[in-house]
Amino acid sequence: MGKTANEAITLGNKTKFRELADNFGLPRLIIAGFLLFLFIMAPLVGADFTTQLTNTINRFSWNAVLVLAMVPMVHSGCGLNFGLPLGIISGLLGGTMSIQFGFTGGMSFVMAIVIATPFALLSGGGYGWLLNRIKGGEMMIATYVGFSSVSFMCMMWLLLPYTSPTMVWGLSGKGLRTTISLEGFYDKVLANFLQINIGHLSIPTGSLLFFAVLAFLMWAFLHTKAGTAMTAVGSNPFFAKASGINIDRTRMLSVIMSTWLAAVGILVYQQGFGFIQLYMAPFNMAIPAVSAILIGGASVNKASIANVIIGTFLFQGIITMTPTVMNAAIHMDMSEVIRIIVSNGMILYALTRKTEGAK
Amino acid sequence: MSMKPKKTGGSSFVELIQNNSVPIMFILICAVCIPVSGFSPGYLVNEIMTRLGRNAFLILCLIFPIMAGMGLNFAMTLGAMAAEIALIFTADWQVWGIPGIVLAMILSIPISVLLGVFCGQILNRAKGKEMITSYMIAFFVDGLYQLLVLFMMGPVIPILHSTLKLPRGYGIRNTVSLLHMRQSLDNLGAIHIGAVKIPVLTLVVIALFCLFIVWFRKTKLGQDMRAVGQNMDVARDAGIKVERTRIVAIVMSTVFAGLGMVIYLQNMGNISTYSSHKQIGMFCIAALLVGGASVDKASIRNVFLGVILFHTMFIVAPATGAKVTGDSMIGEYFRVFASYGVITIALVMYEMKKRMAKGKIGQQLQLAQREEESQ
Repeated sequence: MGKTANEAITLGNKTKFRELADNFGLPRLIIAGFLLFLFIMAPLVGADFTTQLTNTINRFSWNAVLVLAMVPMVHSGCGLNFGLPLGIISGLLGGTMSIQFGFTGGMSFVMAIVIATPFALLSGGGYGWLLNRIKGGEMMIATYVGFSSVSFMCMMWLLLPYTSPTMVWGLSGKGLRTTISLEGFYDKVLANFLQINIGHLSIPTGSLLFFAVLAFLMWAFLHTKAGTAMTAVGSNPFFAKASGINIDRTRMLSVIMSTWLAAVGILVYQQGFGFIQLYMAPFNMAIPAVSAILIGGASVNKASIANVIIGTFLFQGIITMTPTVMNAAIHMDMSEVIRIIVSNGMILYALTRKTEGAK
Repeated sequence: MSMKPKKTGGSSFVELIQNNSVPIMFILICAVCIPVSGFSPGYLVNEIMTRLGRNAFLILCLIFPIMAGMGLNFAMTLGAMAAEIALIFTADWQVWGIPGIVLAMILSIPISVLLGVFCGQILNRAKGKEMITSYMIAFFVDGLYQLLVLFMMGPVIPILHSTLKLPRGYGIRNTVSLLHMRQSLDNLGAIHIGAVKIPVLTLVVIALFCLFIVWFRKTKLGQDMRAVGQNMDVARDAGIKVERTRIVAIVMSTVFAGLGMVIYLQNMGNISTYSSHKQIGMFCIAALLVGGASVDKASIRNVFLGVILFHTMFIVAPATGAKVTGDSMIGEYFRVFASYGVITIALVMYEMKKRMAKGKIGQQLQLAQREEESQ
């Protein structure tokens, strides 16, 4: 009783700003303010506002599914999925095989997802099994599982018997290229579906719809029995065990879902970007996704669909806006440096919160 | 224990293999790769000797945080960045040779201390998640480093020589040449035996550092560190300032990493301004783990075994890959894979052991309880 009374008094003493900062998190406030500042500055320094908005929405549509992949593992208490590259590799296998087997156009995208699925299920299963053996140390090991798998696949991209002339090195006729153009395959298949063009503003409706469907499915799943069980495992494993939930199986399920979403996410990214990037490219894809969801208001053990949407928009907004605005204003391209500081600082902030993530 | 000598003997042999599985694996890899690669023994020994002088000091600095129970210090790159900043200044002031090296070392210390305190304070707020946090700190500070070197050097911090600057007038070039400083520490008093050059002075410095570590373990601070590493709560009850001790461990690690990086870069002869420090943490940690260290235990022996085994693999892997598959890139990727794989295996083994120990304690408690009840 005394404690709550004390809390009420301290709350009363706090200014409104402090309250807002505490609820929303100071870094998030700064980042949102910074983006707002960029949007205001853009017309002033002569950058076209609608083009900027189009770019931001476009990049949002590329990345949103990858960020959505964070949600299940955070819910089941496995922490932030730094092992995202594992799922990305499944997606890359699906994409390259779909092209290798001769599918073109929209069909190649569907087949890429179909082929990627078994790989994602298998690798996700193995990854989940491993994470169940090392509860408490998930994030560090996830990072290195991701790295090892990426560097292992670097060898495989050279050794696997791909023959499609659009993908292999022209000179030697074997070994995949580092970047593969998707023209004629699934380049912008989602983005061009029902695309809306108003002046300079163009909205990739198909990509956004695809993300909306996946996000809705995720939301619906979290409200089913299995989904509630997942949240229970994440928030209180002892309670979950007492109420008869199979913890290991639930965690495994969340890891498999996360891995599969990462596989689909990279395919959506590729269709927007227009290229498949192999070799070391998946290396640095986990950190932007992790920091995006954190910027959106998630923590190490709490995440919602709203966090995904807000976070991806803020993060991608900053990435697209900073170079143009900065270049126009002070003729220095500091965007890369700002991106590094913002994304890694955000993750650091989430890791050091005392109340959060302490299990 | 002495009652069943046969059984303990058998299990201890199995345990020996289990505990040293990573070094044994690497010995096997090296044993297969060396003959295939076709390098002459002289060349190989010379290369290993060079790399020993270059890397041993850097790897030794990882021992302090492990002693304090903070795991593998991925944030040792902070020290490397401090050293690079210091070397950029010495290169700009054109202080070369041994004086240049000494000046760079002295300059790096205050920067390292500052970064180390910053890192230690953050790690104190993330107890139990030190490794992932230190890993993220390395990335975060890399952003600050780029901000400093790419944008501040020139307009804010005066850089005298335009040869160091990018053509646009500010920021440092991608490579800073240390030609006049190159291997001046290694060459001073170096002994040549056949094709092998032994950098005596560098090895003496490393040996002094080893002696320092041996001595440090016995001091009050060293004992405190080990106590904190064993159990933070017990250490706190015993009157040890846990937070302070942990910060000291990180600061020491960062400072020595800075000195080690100066040694490393004088051997290389140039600084890749934006990438020299990036891989350092990973390769040093991988080498330490290859030497048989784990997340909570590392000794000087592990460092030297690790450098030799890991770098032998590093030298022979590309050549072997090229001979076997006809593509040199395979070997390059293999050695990256091996470094990451080793760290993964070590981390997994550490976490599993921790859980097993926890389970064992639980079982023992249960057993004790049952005995008490039956009495």
